[in-house]
Amino acid sequence: MDKTGEGGVVITKLDDLLNWARLTSLFPMGFGLACCAIEMMGAYASGYDLDRFGIIPRASPRQSDVMIVAGTVTFKMADRVRRLYEQMPEPRYVISMGSCSNCGGPYWEHGYHVVKGVDRIIPVDVYVPGCPPRPEALIGGFLRLQEIIRKETIRAPRAVQQIMAKRMNKEGMIKDESEMKNMEANRDQSEGDVRQIPIA
Amino acid sequence: MTFEELRSIIADKFGAEVILDTKADKLQPYLVLQTERLAEVCLELHDNQQTYFDFLSCLTGIDNGPEAGTMEVVYNLYSIPYNHSLVLKVIVPRNSTPEEPMPQVPTVSHIWRTADWHEREIFDLVGIYFKDHPDMRRILCSADWEGHPLRKDYKLQDYYHGIKVPYDDHNENNGFKSEPPFLTGIPTPFSDKREKPQ
Repeated sequence: MDKTGEGGVVITKLDDLLNWARLTSLFPMGFGLACCAIEMMGAYASGYDLDRFGIIPRASPRQSDVMIVAGTVTFKMADRVRRLYEQMPEPRYVISMGSCSNCGGPYWEHGYHVVKGVDRIIPVDVYVPGCPPRPEALIGGFLRLQEIIRKETIRAPRAVQQIMAKRMNKEGMIKDESEMKNMEANRDQSEGDVRQIPIA
Repeated sequence: MTFEELRSIIADKFGAEVILDTKADKLQPYLVLQTERLAEVCLELHDNQQTYFDFLSCLTGIDNGPEAGTMEVVYNLYSIPYNHSLVLKVIVPRNSTPEEPMPQVPTVSHIWRTADWHEREIFDLVGIYFKDHPDMRRILCSADWEGHPLRKDYKLQDYYHGIKVPYDDHNENNGFKSEPPFLTGIPTPFSDKREKPQ
């Protein structure tokens, strides 16, 4: 507690409480693009029962926390995917499910109509490999996302940091990346590697 | 009704000059028709009590490539009550650049409604314009797509709405860039090649 030097006891517990609440009630957007969506539906259904993780599909992007990009993202759909992502409230997460949305999949070379990876449009938190991934793999992706959320802190919300960084970049306040790194380090030195995610 | 009988019905009704070519020895025998008179021949084949082609099984657009300089549209007709079928073909000159006008073929969508979307698909992917079609616009690609993807000399556009289209240098230059790892603080065992300086 004294480690932070900022009356950390309340903050830390609030962080934990918020993260726990967030990661145990992940509401994905009810949204599927191609055959991966069939596996996603299988994961929702009674056999794998994502409900036991508190994962329930929501009908509206405005009520959802996570977007599962399940299937081939075509250029015609790309604008819609981007708009749906922008309609989601922060904090928002993206799981890219399957080879097509990871990198274009079988359409990587001759598919004139396929976006070669949904990360060309929106930021992705977790990539689930497979063609299509089995429901177990999607559950694995959700567990990975839970680990990411577990390490978050309200003192360094990613969305605000992004906006600040963009604004400072625009105003020329930051010369280079190393300066930004120093700033980050100064702010976070007391809390150490609170946002570090161990890679299994 | 045999292929020869069908051919003579058309020749008697419209004159022999409407049939440019007859390929009777093929696995699927076909007639090559004059492009301008296609619609009236089709209407007759549809309405005639002897032929009664009430079903358009398939409608195909073919690009023969810049060397051949032609494009084709193939009509597979079928009569459900008589159980006979006929293949018709029209051959049109090909435009080699987007500035030149597209090859034009008369529509048959007023005879068979199924031709409506088939002709739109051919327009979208191969680039043949169907005259007098009620709604001639793209059906599969987005409305502002450039080019016709199933043409032999099709070139992929570099960007679509700011999204890089080809896969080349995927890991080096593409992917989402606005959330660099030094900002999120998530260490990764892989070096992030996306942060390559421009």
